[in-house]
Amino acid sequence: MNELRIENRSRREFLIAGAGLTLALCMPSAGAAAAGAGKLPGTFEPNAFVHIGTDNLVTVIVKHLEMGQGTYTGLPTLVAEELDAAWAQVRVEGAPADARRYNNLLMGTMQGTGGSTALANSFEQLRRAGATARAMLVAAAAQRWSVAVDGISVGQGVVRHAASGRKAGFGDLALAAAALPVPEQVSLKSPKDFVYIGKRVPRKDSKAKINGTAQFTQDVNLPGMLTALVAHPPRFGTTLKSFDAARCKSVKGVVDAFAIPSGVAVLARDFWSAKKGRDALVIEWDESRAFRLGTREIVRQYQALLDQPGAVARNDGDAQGGLRTATKQVTADFSFPYLAHAAMEPLNCVIRLGADSCEIWNGEQFQTVDQGNIAAVLGLKPEQVKLNMLFAGGSFGRRACTHSDYLVEAAHIAKASAGRTPVKLVWTREDDMRAGYYRPLYLHRLTAGLDAQDKVTAWTHRIVGQSIIAGSPFEAFMVKDGVDHSSVEGAASLPYAIPGISVDLHSPKLDVPVLWWRSVGPTHTAFATEVFLDELAHAAGKDPLQMRRGLLAGHPRHLGVLELAAAKAGWDKPLAAGAAGEKRGRGIAVHESFHSFVAQVAEVTVRADGSFHVDRVVCAVDCGIAVNPDVIRAQMEGGIGFGLTAALYGEITFNEGRVEQSNYTDYPLLHIREMPRIEVHIVDSQAQPTGVGEPGVPVIAPAVANALFAATGRRLHKLPLRLT
Amino acid sequence: MLTLNVNGTRHQVDVDPDTPLLWVLRDTLRLTGTKYACGVAACGACTVHVNGAPMRSCTTPVSAVAGQRITTIEGLQSKVAKVVQAAWEKLDVVQCGYCQSGQIMSAVALLTSNARPSDKDIDDALDGNLCRCATYQRIRAAIHEAARNLG
Repeated sequence: MNELRIENRSRREFLIAGAGLTLALCMPSAGAAAAGAGKLPGTFEPNAFVHIGTDNLVTVIVKHLEMGQGTYTGLPTLVAEELDAAWAQVRVEGAPADARRYNNLLMGTMQGTGGSTALANSFEQLRRAGATARAMLVAAAAQRWSVAVDGISVGQGVVRHAASGRKAGFGDLALAAAALPVPEQVSLKSPKDFVYIGKRVPRKDSKAKINGTAQFTQDVNLPGMLTALVAHPPRFGTTLKSFDAARCKSVKGVVDAFAIPSGVAVLARDFWSAKKGRDALVIEWDESRAFRLGTREIVRQYQALLDQPGAVARNDGDAQGGLRTATKQVTADFSFPYLAHAAMEPLNCVIRLGADSCEIWNGEQFQTVDQGNIAAVLGLKPEQVKLNMLFAGGSFGRRACTHSDYLVEAAHIAKASAGRTPVKLVWTREDDMRAGYYRPLYLHRLTAGLDAQDKVTAWTHRIVGQSIIAGSPFEAFMVKDGVDHSSVEGAASLPYAIPGISVDLHSPKLDVPVLWWRSVGPTHTAFATEVFLDELAHAAGKDPLQMRRGLLAGHPRHLGVLELAAAKAGWDKPLAAGAAGEKRGRGIAVHESFHSFVAQVAEVTVRADGSFHVDRVVCAVDCGIAVNPDVIRAQMEGGIGFGLTAALYGEITFNEGRVEQSNYTDYPLLHIREMPRIEVHIVDSQAQPTGVGEPGVPVIAPAVANALFAATGRRLHKLPLRLT
Repeated sequence: MLTLNVNGTRHQVDVDPDTPLLWVLRDTLRLTGTKYACGVAACGACTVHVNGAPMRSCTTPVSAVAGQRITTIEGLQSKVAKVVQAAWEKLDVVQCGYCQSGQIMSAVALLTSNARPSDKDIDDALDGNLCRCATYQRIRAAIHEAARNLG
């Protein structure tokens, strides 16, 4: 039996959850009569991860949201591998909200998707689920054929006994297997026997997303359902004073309009009627407590904090002493704007109230938190809130909202309308972009000292920005000694061998709601640290790659991706020159996030007018065992494109408290013509697999900024990157 | 009452003439493959064909297309469309998938009028189709793949 080792912090949690693992083989046609494994036939027990029907279909229950990152492919792969199923017989179903069975093992007792954890969480859990089902099918076959289990093999969904020439499909054995006890011990395959892991298997969600049949929340239609739009106040902290809905209610199709805590809700038979009705509302807001700062004022306040010591996140050696004795000092201030998630599907959900129950349809990312917040509004128990997890048209963290903002809004609408009909709450693009829960605005100051031999002896790093975690249910365990881990991750974990390192943090409070945004802390810390390290290389007269090599001796996985990206990019060869009037440059950056390691080399062309294009990106990633290399490549490609949008454009600004952006016209996304050629190289590794949804994102902006420096000699410390 | 010709079927719809085609497709005809994302013709998620040409349905008043030939993702039938969809599937272009109906509608229109598009032709034709997951590299590759398969 292959010995499994879980080397991360979830070891204890896994064992607890693992012991409670349940699995059942059931017959879909029997409906509720599904037999729970180890239970009497006919006893209903909803199963955990695998159903096998008499129709020969293997249904894998996936507890992690599919929002593009490939969970509905990668997770079933793990089951199919150990079950030896044929990929074509595998189908996927989203798990219901039930944290007892479907908690994220890396989030303790909570059910939710985030932190690039889906595959890391599932690698052992789902292989074990598959292996257990396989063992029961084999046992059932052995019993039926009166042969020893040793002589039975399974491949591509067929159970065979070679000596007697007998064979059976999973469906033929499902009922017999369901009556058997669940084995306590199962062996897992040795990696050399993997059939699917390490190879491309096609995405399970491709077909439906290509022919228009994929069901997003936006597409849900229930009998009698009404569409709700809400008029939100123009500034955070504003409340409703009064409103006149007479004109609104005279719009054809409008059914009702009423106040809820977040504004005025309009219910109509369809979206367009609701929109027209909302436009016809006359509303007076109470702005006496409104947020009225502009971006400039926020930055000024933060700049003052850059001069004062903050809460200590890391203190190695004597950084201050090192700075005093340094022969050369380098310092730089960095600035990062608020960012909107701006997923293509604007926020929405469908709610239906029953007697003592509530049912929600949603691109559901944060089950346990959402159940609690919705239940609190409706006076229900959390388990009375049923959540149907649909595909999300992107999320990037937005649908994992610590306050469940849009879901709570829907609950208020349902409550105020006494649950007469199901309601689909739709936010327009403008509602979505102006609702807050942004990646916070941050300022950073970095200072480093070099000695007479140009060795870096001291590094100080101060960060100023709102805490994402403060005031959320996670505060108790994610904020320690005044330091929100998510504000400093990637800075406090600086891998470079420098004798004196200090990292400190200010977390000022502001009335702008903030939230994690794809790759969280590293969205800013990777930029500050990797651009600053490039500056130090320049100050030391060293090649940026050489400089990193010299400081990463104790970090083989950082070095591994760095060397791979540099080699594939041809770092040692000169970059081809540009056309007349154009300057070209190449930059490199490396960063670890969510336990995966990524290095990127970016090549840019700067035109005479100061505009620039990213031509090519060579990306190397080490995410442990590469379960599906094609999905990994896709996530690196997409992560780079997502990070480039932030590098080139992303910026939410305030003027007297009002958000100045509203749609893709003034909050642009990367267009196809701006997409560089991307090459992805995956480090061959037998380490435990880690996530890929986020780690590709934070590395591109510093790689591009460093390339712009190489091309122009201009060092950019501010995102988005502007040379003009 | 307006008469709409959608995917080869005639529909009588009772909506205000200024209603965007998108919402008639989605809310009245229940053809939900065409997506709402921006509402201002800035992202292309709502792209349909009107008489074979790509059009943003979110800003097109339904009265402007009454009686014309409207095709949505659900109604794609042509050989070009089938080859494009097969290429999309072969290369696993999609991630979240929300913009992909619009991407495919634009790609089919491009390949119908230009059998051998260059990268620049693709960038020009799909410039208005945004993808937040940034699947652009595979979109380009899938269009080239489809062009090859169409011979």
